Amino acid sequence: MVIDTKTCIGCGDCVVACKTENNVPEGLNRDWVVEATSGTYPDLKTEFRSERCNHCSNPTCVTLCPTGASHLWNDTNIVLVEPEKCTGCKACIAACPYDARLVMHPDGYIDKCTFCHHRVEKGLDPACVSSCPTGCMHFGLIDDPHSKVSHLLKTREHKVLNPETGNDPNVFYLI
Amino acid sequence: MSEELLVTARDNALIDPGLHIWTWEVAMYLFLGGLTAGIMIFAALAIVRNREQEAPFTAARLALLAPIVLSLGMTTLFMDLEHKLFVYRFYTSFQITSPMSWGAWILIIIYPVSVLQILSTLRTGYSFLAGFVDRLTIGRLILDWCERYRYEIALTVIPFAVMLGVYTGILLSAFSARPFWNNGVLGVLFLISGMSTAAALVVLLARQHSEKELFTRIDLVLILAEIGLVALLLISLASGSAQHLEALESVMGGSYTIPFWVLFVGIGLLIPMLLETLEISGVNKSLAMLAPVLVLIGGYALRQVVMDAGQESTWTNYDTQYSSEVLQRIHRSD
Repeated sequence: MVIDTKTCIGCGDCVVACKTENNVPEGLNRDWVVEATSGTYPDLKTEFRSERCNHCSNPTCVTLCPTGASHLWNDTNIVLVEPEKCTGCKACIAACPYDARLVMHPDGYIDKCTFCHHRVEKGLDPACVSSCPTGCMHFGLIDDPHSKVSHLLKTREHKVLNPETGNDPNVFYLI
Repeated sequence: MSEELLVTARDNALIDPGLHIWTWEVAMYLFLGGLTAGIMIFAALAIVRNREQEAPFTAARLALLAPIVLSLGMTTLFMDLEHKLFVYRFYTSFQITSPMSWGAWILIIIYPVSVLQILSTLRTGYSFLAGFVDRLTIGRLILDWCERYRYEIALTVIPFAVMLGVYTGILLSAFSARPFWNNGVLGVLFLISGMSTAAALVVLLARQHSEKELFTRIDLVLILAEIGLVALLLISLASGSAQHLEALESVMGGSYTIPFWVLFVGIGLLIPMLLETLEISGVNKSLAMLAPVLVLIGGYALRQVVMDAGQESTWTNYDTQYSSEVLQRIHRSD
């Protein structure tokens, strides 16, 4: 996933789209928007970032899950939780450096962003991407050199969040 | 300045505003798990090193406490699970990279090992219980067998008990996302602390004076080792990267400073060290029973403070503008 911080206006539509698409219960969120301000007045710089699970290539949540409930979907880098295998021990929550996981209430299993894999397998974009009014979010295969996301990453300056964690995150921010 | 604000309403339970997924249930389990490991190690060592005369309680009676204490710990651990019906899932797979999976299987192995250890000294330690077992021929044969091989059983107990003691620390240190936990000292620290609490328990429960004295000496050595390990933990955090320094801050002026220094280091290590030194040197024995109680309190305090400070230490720290109270107020006005 590639998100253009230059065109994101922080409207939060991605958050609403996710809650609607995935029936995320009240009070819980699989994605959120961060407003990062840096500099000294009057030279301030603001960046909006729509954040969620980074679907890391080296996901510590999967490594530390004691039951195999946290897993990589069909050999992709999409990290999912299988509720039927999850004991709710919360190890994966502690293992995530991005605090991107949550406990489903009242059920008790652990939940998170799924990159809307149920839409992706039909060839659709995740709900947050397709609802973005500024078109700042892009979804696709980074392995494919002709994809939109590969093109954006080749031509634009970008970053990931906390690369020092070693988790190898896959949500990229154009800066 | 650099400020990162959450601008959409995120109030994920147990995660916002700071991670607080595990509470006293897990700390209690870590404490009781460590205590069980210590109990089993000392009961086994008393047999292996042939100290049955000198330490009769440890050699013959202590082992019975292991499954009781461990079961209490596993109960609190179960209480912590959010998806309790699926607890059996720990035992439908083995995940080699997950210390928690290792722990689940170690716990399963510990029970039969512990039962063998109890049976091997049942006739000496709990003759009335042994009487019941002896009534059945098969029971008598099993007791005979366990007694004959009690040295071998004791030798087998030690590695499993050490694994139990160490794993509770490795469980936490494997979280690279939590800088306070993420260092190798924790496994050894928890093992030594578990052994120290078990030694304290022997001092409290043993009747024979020589045994109390022996374990006061053992405990003093363990406390000294623990102080060294705590120093190593702090040094490794203090010489770490920004995240580690921030994590260290929580016990060096931050919100866990008092629990860490007063409750754990002061009450749990330094005061018992002083009391035990006075006792061994024969200067003052009037407070002899206080030291082991403080050691047990300190053992729990260590788990609680490490668990709390650890889960709050993080890579991601956003301020949030959202207050869940606002949502509740809207509901009330409906």
